[in-house]
Amino acid sequence: MKIDSPAALAETAAALKAKPLPPVKLLVSMGTCGIAAGTAPVLKAVYQEISDRSLENAIEVSEVGCMGLCYAEPVLMLVDRATGRRLIYGDVTPQQVPAILAAGTDGIAPGTRTLERNWYYPEFETAAPGELQARIVLRNTGRLNPEKIEEYIANDGYAALAKVLTTMTSQQVIDLIVASGLRGRGGGGFPTGKKWQFAADQKSEEKFIICNADEGDPGAFMDRAVLEGDPHTVLEAMAIGGYAIGAHTGVIYIRAEYPLAVKRLEIAIGQARERGLLGRNIFGSGFDFDIQIKFGAGAFVCGEETALIHSIEGKRGEPTVKPPFPAVEGLWKKPSVVNNVETYACIGAIVRKGAEWFRSIGTAGSPGTKVFALAGKISKVGLAEVPMGTTLRTIVYEIGDGIKNGRKFKAVQTGGPSGGCITAANLDLPIDYEALKQIGSMMGSGGMIVMDEDDCMVNIAKFFLEFTLDESCGKCTPCRIGNRRMYEMLDDITSGRGTTETIDKLKMLSSTIKDTALCGLGQTAPNPVLSTLANFEDEYLAHVRESRCPAGVCAKLIHYEISDNCVGCGLCRSHCPVNCISGERRARHEIDQSKCIKCGVCFQTCKFHAVEKR
Amino acid sequence: MGCNCCGQTESAVRSPEDSAKFDELDRYIASLLEGQEPDRKRGCLIQILHRAQHLFGYLSEDVQKFVSARLQLPRSEIYGVISFYSYFTDQPVGRYKINVCTGTACFVKGAPKVLDEFKRRLNLTEGQSTPDGKFFLGALRCVGACSLAPVVMVNDKVYGNVTAEKVADILAECAD
Ligand SMILES: Cc1cc2nc3c(=O)[nH]c(=O)nc-3n(C[C@H](O)[C@H](O)[C@H](O)COP(=O)(O)O)c2cc1C
Ligand code: SF4
Ligand code: SF4
Ligand code: SF4
Ligand code: FES
Repeated sequence: MKIDSPAALAETAAALKAKPLPPVKLLVSMGTCGIAAGTAPVLKAVYQEISDRSLENAIEVSEVGCMGLCYAEPVLMLVDRATGRRLIYGDVTPQQVPAILAAGTDGIAPGTRTLERNWYYPEFETAAPGELQARIVLRNTGRLNPEKIEEYIANDGYAALAKVLTTMTSQQVIDLIVASGLRGRGGGGFPTGKKWQFAADQKSEEKFIICNADEGDPGAFMDRAVLEGDPHTVLEAMAIGGYAIGAHTGVIYIRAEYPLAVKRLEIAIGQARERGLLGRNIFGSGFDFDIQIKFGAGAFVCGEETALIHSIEGKRGEPTVKPPFPAVEGLWKKPSVVNNVETYACIGAIVRKGAEWFRSIGTAGSPGTKVFALAGKISKVGLAEVPMGTTLRTIVYEIGDGIKNGRKFKAVQTGGPSGGCITAANLDLPIDYEALKQIGSMMGSGGMIVMDEDDCMVNIAKFFLEFTLDESCGKCTPCRIGNRRMYEMLDDITSGRGTTETIDKLKMLSSTIKDTALCGLGQTAPNPVLSTLANFEDEYLAHVRESRCPAGVCAKLIHYEISDNCVGCGLCRSHCPVNCISGERRARHEIDQSKCIKCGVCFQTCKFHAVEKR
Repeated sequence: MGCNCCGQTESAVRSPEDSAKFDELDRYIASLLEGQEPDRKRGCLIQILHRAQHLFGYLSEDVQKFVSARLQLPRSEIYGVISFYSYFTDQPVGRYKINVCTGTACFVKGAPKVLDEFKRRLNLTEGQSTPDGKFFLGALRCVGACSLAPVVMVNDKVYGNVTAEKVADILAECAD
């Protein structure tokens, strides 16, 4: 079963494509989000129904990764192979399965929810005219069964590696990536080709190519989706990178919170080895390459590349000063390239389709696409892959369908704890690396947390500082002590103890920390504060001048009262977790302010708008 | 003190159950170290600790000594690593490990209220276990199921769209 030459690969792919397949393909979304939402019982019902009605030859079931439609999980997609017609069902229950299978692709099963627009175009590596999304990174994610290498091979899989190993020199590969203009998707946006060139220029017997799958930004989940949904794409790209820089070992550093991604990667590595696509003398080219997996253990700072390398070496994941850069002195002191999952996911397509093609998508300074993870107060939480230069308005309103429950848009946080917020004023800004930097945010990994009028921006800034505080490795003082002071100041403001002086001090301390912290974590920790201050200073001022939280979030600054509207139904009384509401039936109720924990349950449960937040 | 390299110190006091676990850990370590260059052995440390914590529930002094001997690394180094990574714990934890996600998506969707409610009902703060050893309460940052925010994990089970009111039901499900 070894595939030992490009010809053998092409033959295998052709044979797989020629194999007769059932007329209908049924995709079941088995990513972490889908499984958590209850896809497993749906899948069971699907297999049951297929065996009950002997549909084995009519329907092929494929367990795929995340389709990006997380808001509607569990999701099923039916594809008619002959016509290409697709039907996507969301919020599927096991009970609906028989009707869905009976309706097939000709009609819509009654009593179900089909997704508003029946769009889904993972096959497009270029956006068709009028389409908002273009899928390069996610081209196979949610479409191919990640546990079957055959599906990958039948869809151009490992063709890029074959091309590279048998028709290109290492330098040609690097030149191609340089020419494509690909920039690192892990946050910094450093040109990938340049990084590879640095490492290739180092003279060393041993080098490493590392995949950063730590995905530390809480609220970003695109790397998880790719690893769970299309692991071979990452393996293939790492082998290409290995050939380019002269490395024979790849290491994937993955966070412990992603057990499903680890499992799928292990399966994929095993399958690739079995077919000789990893191991010795790949495609008869004389090139040897293999990949190992290393685990994180819950430390955000390990996403920083020098810390990550220490962690792989079994040490505390503390960053060290650069230079030396990993490309010169990395894992076990050998030249190493660290790239992000999404960066790797672009490589194969660039090799197959060329640098020109890649540059034709996106903006001049930031070619290609970016995957954004939409979360927070947005209607359609999920993944969107759009050409660079797409506006926030398109992403939030057209793809994400706007804000949940008709609330008002306030801001989007990009770049996680290192980033900043984008406000309504910048909704029409074409997003790329430079544009985001200019408005005081950053691309980061592509997590987009959408916030509405009910979110207090001071509290959000405090949340991010608490995060960096938790995650600081404690090695340098500005970060360890300075960020703690910042946090305390924000805590003062949200508790009504702050003054305008506190705000001035925050600003001063921010710039000191930015200039003096050792690694990116500390240096960027003040960003959320600076960015919210720049855009929402009025909210800060309301807290310190009027002891008022305009969004009604900061518990110490609000209290709940029951008004004359109260009809005495007692609903709030029975829901209050600390039993601090009293009152006779049909008489106005009252809250014991000394016991109230300000959970807001009464506010939410009262059907008569009698509970007021002040 | 006898020789410290064979990893068989103090095995006499271990229960048969524990001994079996130590044997398993030993085999796992051996499989990882096979063919490994001596100065790169410690590159397996984090994997070994993951397996050990999976087997024993936490990384006791006994386990730390064992790993230290097998890898020929000082105990202090092992402890330094354990204390650095939030995933590792050197204290026994409750049987039901409740972890409230406090990632950004869950935060804006109300995770703090959910966490507060767990704290109140269990009378615990983050990182503690109940005295009867039933519950452990912790927080973690994003399990990648942000679409279901706020998310709570109880052992391996994911609960989505959790509100403070659902906390009691979740606790009730942890019956034994
Ligand atoms: C505190 C901190 C956390 C980081 N976390 C991640 C991460 O989770 N994933 C990632 O790919 N890069 C992360 N980075 C960026 C990496 O250091 C590195 O730049 C990146 O992996 C390089 O890959 P790229 O060029 O393909 O983007 C982080 C950086 C810092 C300072
Ligand atoms: S900035 Fe923070 S995380 Fe980075 S080295 Fe200093 S203390 Fe550690
Ligand atoms: S739920 Fe509203 S109307 Fe009913 S007792 Fe409470 S405050 Fe009054
Ligand atoms: S806010 Fe919460 S604690 Fe206070 S009265 Fe309302 S339900 Fe009770
Ligand atoms: S932030 Fe909670 S699952 Fe992502």
